[in-house]
Amino acid sequence: MTWEPVIGLEIHVQLKTETKMFCRCRNGFGGEPNSQTCPVCLAFPGALPVPNRRAIEETIKLGLALDCTIAERAVFHRKNYFYPDNPKAYQISQYDEPLCARGHLDVPTEDGVTRIGITRAHLEEDAAKNVHVAASGRIHGATATLVDFNRCGTPLVEIVTEPDIHDAETAKRFLQLLRQTVVELELSDAELEHGSMRFDVNVSVRPEGSDELRTRTELKNMNSFNFAAKGIEREIARQIRIYEDGGVVEQETLHFDPVHEESPPLRSKEEAQDYRYFPEPDLVPVEPGRDLVDRLRGTLQELPGARITRIAETLSFYDADVLVTGGLDRLWASLVDAGADPKEAANVLANQFVAAGIDPGTVDAHELAKLVSARAEIPRAAFDEALAKVGEPGFSADPYLEQKVVADTAELDPIIQRIIDANPAQADQYRSGKEGLLGFFVGRVMKETGGSADPRVVNERVRALL
Amino acid sequence: MTLDTLRLSAEEANRLVSDGEVSSDELYRAYLAAIGERDPELHAFLYVCENDSGEGIPIAIKDVIGTRGIPTTAGSKILESYIPVYDATVIANCRKRGLRVIGKTNTDEFAMGSSTENSAFGPSHNPWDPSRVPGGSGGGSAAAVSAGLAPWALGSDTGGSIKQPAALCGHVGLRPTYGTVSRYGVVAFASSLDQVGPVARNVRDCAFLYSVISGRDENDSTTVDVPAVELPTAEDLKGLRIGVPKEMNGADGIEDGVTAAVQSALELAESLGASVEECSLPRSVDYGVACYYLVAPAEASANLARYDGVRYGLREDGADFREMVMKTRDAGFGDEPKRRIMIGAYALSAGYYDAYYGTAQKVRTVIKREHDELFERFDVLVSPTSPTVAFPIGAKIDDPVAMYMNDVLTIPSCMAGLPGLNIPCGLSEGLPVGLQLIGPQLGENTIFRAAHALEQAIGFDVVPERLR
Repeated sequence: MTWEPVIGLEIHVQLKTETKMFCRCRNGFGGEPNSQTCPVCLAFPGALPVPNRRAIEETIKLGLALDCTIAERAVFHRKNYFYPDNPKAYQISQYDEPLCARGHLDVPTEDGVTRIGITRAHLEEDAAKNVHVAASGRIHGATATLVDFNRCGTPLVEIVTEPDIHDAETAKRFLQLLRQTVVELELSDAELEHGSMRFDVNVSVRPEGSDELRTRTELKNMNSFNFAAKGIEREIARQIRIYEDGGVVEQETLHFDPVHEESPPLRSKEEAQDYRYFPEPDLVPVEPGRDLVDRLRGTLQELPGARITRIAETLSFYDADVLVTGGLDRLWASLVDAGADPKEAANVLANQFVAAGIDPGTVDAHELAKLVSARAEIPRAAFDEALAKVGEPGFSADPYLEQKVVADTAELDPIIQRIIDANPAQADQYRSGKEGLLGFFVGRVMKETGGSADPRVVNERVRALL
Repeated sequence: MTLDTLRLSAEEANRLVSDGEVSSDELYRAYLAAIGERDPELHAFLYVCENDSGEGIPIAIKDVIGTRGIPTTAGSKILESYIPVYDATVIANCRKRGLRVIGKTNTDEFAMGSSTENSAFGPSHNPWDPSRVPGGSGGGSAAAVSAGLAPWALGSDTGGSIKQPAALCGHVGLRPTYGTVSRYGVVAFASSLDQVGPVARNVRDCAFLYSVISGRDENDSTTVDVPAVELPTAEDLKGLRIGVPKEMNGADGIEDGVTAAVQSALELAESLGASVEECSLPRSVDYGVACYYLVAPAEASANLARYDGVRYGLREDGADFREMVMKTRDAGFGDEPKRRIMIGAYALSAGYYDAYYGTAQKVRTVIKREHDELFERFDVLVSPTSPTVAFPIGAKIDDPVAMYMNDVLTIPSCMAGLPGLNIPCGLSEGLPVGLQLIGPQLGENTIFRAAHALEQAIGFDVVPERLR
């Protein structure tokens, strides 16, 4: 039997507002534990929430970017549960009247666009951070829990997708594209390693062609998109194996362990918890006016998904995707405007530029464009050195462009011959069919010439002289 | 100068201090002396401040209202050790006017009750007859003002906790329009109903204190702008249209003596120029109490969930978080909060929400609409505040439903978010009878004017007979 995976995502994004969602404490990462707290976010008796206007506006902006309907009247609810990171014992969240609902995100793929439905995007407050104290630092085997309330009450947007995703690769692309959208809207840093973007994945499988929804499992704790893709693939395989062996999949939550790359079940959730939601009586409903929504809509620029599709008309889909989700496509467009070849510019950005770890915002596109255009004519070493410095203030490509690559065979042949003569054993092996040794000779020549030789010519001549 | 705190109004006390006839400290000490003399019998206070900063007159504060540096227990063992790090907005407002906190007054635990018998620290006693309850939950503030232990006080009212004790102790108490007084810093019982309000010896003091504490507060999103408060001077009721809802004046359980006192007050009102006409609130009275006992416990079940032993207050150790929370809450809460948490959690549970909490919210809308319709024809509605005079301590403590019925006449207008004020209108069996005046939203000035004129005409002596 062929099986079809059914995947839905639940993403949390921390908004980078100045202050927390319902109080005036600073919203920022990295303060001393419990230094960014007040009676409101510590849930002292009598404290009351006051909503953060900016957070509401930013959530609406994201909703607009996801083509959601913006509610004329949105309501905050209390979600009740006891946990040490939840000081009021209820989280102020949204339930059946969220700010944003019924949208979608179009994920470009090589075969066109895959539309992923957005069920809702709502605003809530984040929990505090529990620090489980144990030798391993993991939840299993912890002996004590410390609570840092700095994060408690910071604004969090929850985005829930429809179960429209059917493979791990699309899930990964969706997450990358959503992240880039959020970053460009300047709502959040969306850094997975700091937890400012977190996601849970719901996975089930069903016989191909069926429209049933079988028991799903929830994957948590994945701190990279690649781990997410791996985790999803492994979970799909596990569920298929269970069904094919005649078993049943249990509803449970799996915590992904990136070190061991396995998903040990953390806890089973056979019964859904009853959160006893009810409208938060300390807050009045949020009623965003048409004027506000129109103003926020006016601030939106062309979104990453649309740009991938547009750029893929010029470049390969792969290059377009890498440029946009890497936040490099605006620089790429400037390079092209400054005269660089589109394909060359994309190659340089996606490879050497990314590897050099340079902030695209610091780059003078004209200088980098000159460099890209001259790449074949200047020595590799000069190019690499120049690229490393392209982000420095006042950088000029000109001094590097004066260095010319050596492509003259009259100059190169004696050097190549000398190296062949010095390595007779390797030369014999090459001649008897071990073609991989070509690289050995090319490398020696490049080293000998201090990187100034044209690698294409060297390749050609090494072959000929051997 | 000898200060008779039993007779001194806040207005007069304030004049004495402003004119330099008495110093603020002297006045404060006079009230401390009265507390020393009469509070051992009455137990109006849970905590007495030996001193408090300010240049004005003293005020007693119900112990659900947070006071920086002064213990605030809400009448509960779970907060026995709790000292707030911030002032409630109403306290900050009082301090801006120089008012000095003289002490924290007894209350039913988390303001849940009608007699103060649910206080974890023992009941307060009625100054008219110490074997009887002072009402509740604000019985401490009521007893303190009635017995001259403070010139005035702040109370809080969720379903009648200012108005009913004022009725039972024979003085004035206002539950303001919902949203006119900040709840910031007030220990929450039922957020959509809780309102802080003034407890005073007369209507002018009540109006003045309301002007001090009311107004929009950036720390409470549910507050609104409040019209300027007018201190009442009128002695007639010309043009005032009084509605007398028959269900509230003829409800089961209203004592004959209560009906008689209210009836003569209404006759007096007519003689002062008011028109008095019977009207009807058919569903508000029938369903008010049932509706209240779903909405208020539901909100309370969430509001009281923060008392988990993690950050402040009582903590009972346990093997893990769950056990610690369970032991702490079991030891820290009395029977009434536990009862209401259970009712509330049940009413909000999946599968029951629509039938209970959801339905109660719909009924609440009906109650509000019924009241709104009457205020198209009337300026104020009048009824007894409490069906009975003060009852003996212990008489109803084992029968929660009988206790809940004390609030049958105060609850409907609370559910509608409307202001209501009690003035004493006479005696029955030697105990005060309270008259309730209910106004439209933000109708406090109308209520003050009507209540002041009636108060002057009735001429009730607020000093308990046994203390005169």
